[in-house]
Amino acid sequence: MLWSRKGMKTSLTLKDESPNQGISPGRPRATKVHSASLLKLCPTGALVEKDNWIRVDEARCIRCQLCRQHTPPMEWDEDFHWAKLNTHRFPHAFRHSLHIRVIDAGNCGACLNEIHQLSSPVYSFHRFGISITPTPREADVLMVVGPVTIAMKTALEEAYEAMPTPKRVLAVGACALSGGLFASSFSVVGPVSNVIPVDVEISGCPPPPLAILDGLRQVMGVRLASDRER
Amino acid sequence: MTDKMENWLKLITQQRVRGEGTSGHWLRVPASSEELRNIVQILCGDIHWAFAGIVPERDDAGDGFHLLYVFYSDNGVLVGIEVHNHEQSIPTISDILFAADWQEREMEDLFNLSFKGHPQLGNFVLHDEQWPEGLAPMARDIIHILGNEKAAAETVTPQIVKASGSFVMTVGPIFSGSEESIQFFLETVGEEIIFAHIRPFYKYRAIEKLLEGKSFTVALLLAERINGHAAFAHAWALAQALERLSDLPISARAQRLRVFWAEFERIRLHVRTLARILESTGLSVPANLMHALEEDLLQLGAIYGGHRYLFGLLRLGGLSRDWSASDLEGICARVDETVSKCEMLIKNLTFDNSFLDRLESVGMLTKQLALDHGLVGPVARASGLQRDLRKWQTYGAYRHLKFDVPTQNEGDGYARFRQLFDEILQSAGLMKQIPQDFSNVDAVSRSATFRSGMAFGAVEGPNGAIFYNVGIRPDGTVKSCRIITPGLVNWHAFPDAIRHFTFQDFPIILATFGLSVADLDR
Repeated sequence: MLWSRKGMKTSLTLKDESPNQGISPGRPRATKVHSASLLKLCPTGALVEKDNWIRVDEARCIRCQLCRQHTPPMEWDEDFHWAKLNTHRFPHAFRHSLHIRVIDAGNCGACLNEIHQLSSPVYSFHRFGISITPTPREADVLMVVGPVTIAMKTALEEAYEAMPTPKRVLAVGACALSGGLFASSFSVVGPVSNVIPVDVEISGCPPPPLAILDGLRQVMGVRLASDRER
Repeated sequence: MTDKMENWLKLITQQRVRGEGTSGHWLRVPASSEELRNIVQILCGDIHWAFAGIVPERDDAGDGFHLLYVFYSDNGVLVGIEVHNHEQSIPTISDILFAADWQEREMEDLFNLSFKGHPQLGNFVLHDEQWPEGLAPMARDIIHILGNEKAAAETVTPQIVKASGSFVMTVGPIFSGSEESIQFFLETVGEEIIFAHIRPFYKYRAIEKLLEGKSFTVALLLAERINGHAAFAHAWALAQALERLSDLPISARAQRLRVFWAEFERIRLHVRTLARILESTGLSVPANLMHALEEDLLQLGAIYGGHRYLFGLLRLGGLSRDWSASDLEGICARVDETVSKCEMLIKNLTFDNSFLDRLESVGMLTKQLALDHGLVGPVARASGLQRDLRKWQTYGAYRHLKFDVPTQNEGDGYARFRQLFDEILQSAGLMKQIPQDFSNVDAVSRSATFRSGMAFGAVEGPNGAIFYNVGIRPDGTVKSCRIITPGLVNWHAFPDAIRHFTFQDFPIILATFGLSVADLDR
């Protein structure tokens, strides 16, 4: 029998010394800096000054690292627990297995590829009982990527309506959360929350697979929202 | 044809023969509407020339537009045929040069320019269900009208076949799995796809409009997000155009490092496309292993490039980071490891009949079809067209590096599959040449001053030729931008490639093209 039917013994897993290296691009952390130029630097206006601290609006930040390379720089976190649960309705409804319907509402391909990577052997979300389903009628979770374009708005609404209740909506990536760099485009409706209610926000541009997995685990109630949320 | 035109033609032919072109500086040939068709007829019959696209430019006086029909040759000559829109209508060239078909439709929707003789204008970029006719967003400064306000027009399903029992199968815009949004209409009488139509631009984000007035820093970030898989190539094409109008010296070291990361990105995207092909044929074990190899490369990019998709790596005048020679050798070693695993997978698959049956003579694109559609990238090279901007319009450090441009002759799905791997080997070879003989100049970018004007950037991205024509103001903000992507060119040939194949071949042919919808929609 051909080896490709049996599988290869080589395990392709996370192999670098530091577990976070290469898994996540990191994100800026609230930093105590006095620098007006730092605020102007941010292309999406994600940096907000409050009481001498520069805070980060997670939904807007596109992780472009301009503020990280500035002097003085913003401090940087290397974690990937980026998901934020917004809802407390039906807390026990998603404890078993999850079926996801993914909708591309205008993304550049990076967020979509990170979702696709979740099914590769490196992350293998199937081990948590999560799988992607082709139809919204069987889906528990609607995962939306990209700023919602005008042409995709109707399709998104219809997919949401077609899902059985209880249901959860995950907005994945800065574009889906705030419109990102595309917020001012004339052909973009804006964030997903302008069209359908969003239950879980996963920031990042794109959020790495582990951040998306973190969001799904929060939906399942496996990981509770931690005190890391700032 | 007038004498003046013949002289022009003689001039550009001589330039091509002697190789006098300087990359990025095009020769402008003013032509009348009638002369345009003549000159296009001559250039598109010549294998040494390729059609890049239609670039609109604002007239110096008034608020009209003139069009530049850009052709590039195999040794650096770049020609823009300049046509003014005096009669409010320009004759179509899509009957001579099929590749211009979508670009003319795009111009009509976005600039309200009419092309006499084009059979199907309107309802392309701006769907009739959402947008009123004649909106011409790119020709205006401010857009008051938002879509979705007028009563929705009915979606018209195109149908050519009138035989009894014929029907149209609509696929999309929302696909199964995690695919990008695009719509297909497949005409059939049962099993065989007789005609196919594509309806793109569901994801139209109006990036060309969005770029207007943006600073060069933000413009680079936007260019990266046109197609996340080819972020570095897009940013490089834009930076190339901007750097032509700035006083920034780009060090030889930065030029070499750009080649390094561009080739890294090419390998990563080709591995992904291979994984998608394996997935489409239903071989899930090798598909998953190939996806794991892609993840390896994504992580490698994040460790050394700072981002899994290399966003924010390329800055004007250089790169945002620097590496030691040992770092670069370390990256090369890990890429080599990945490529040898990839090779092992592919070697084993060449003995697997059930895999080969699904790819061989499936999704045929003959050399003639590839020429008619003006294809670019691996898809063109798999059909025997040796087109590669790294050779045709050489840029950056490529002129000093040794590499081949592999081609295949068959033009079927299996040829495209092998082509991808051949290119991976060439790219890995290119990466290995970079760490040698390194001068120690800093690769990090600095601030710049600009002179206003228009400039052209051309980069061979992983999927094919990327062109940027950028107008810039002295303060470094973008005045106008036209982006021609491999998606816009290659998707046009997809309906021809799936004709007379069956429904189960459809996802396989789609995967072998390896195209991005975001790239097409922009």
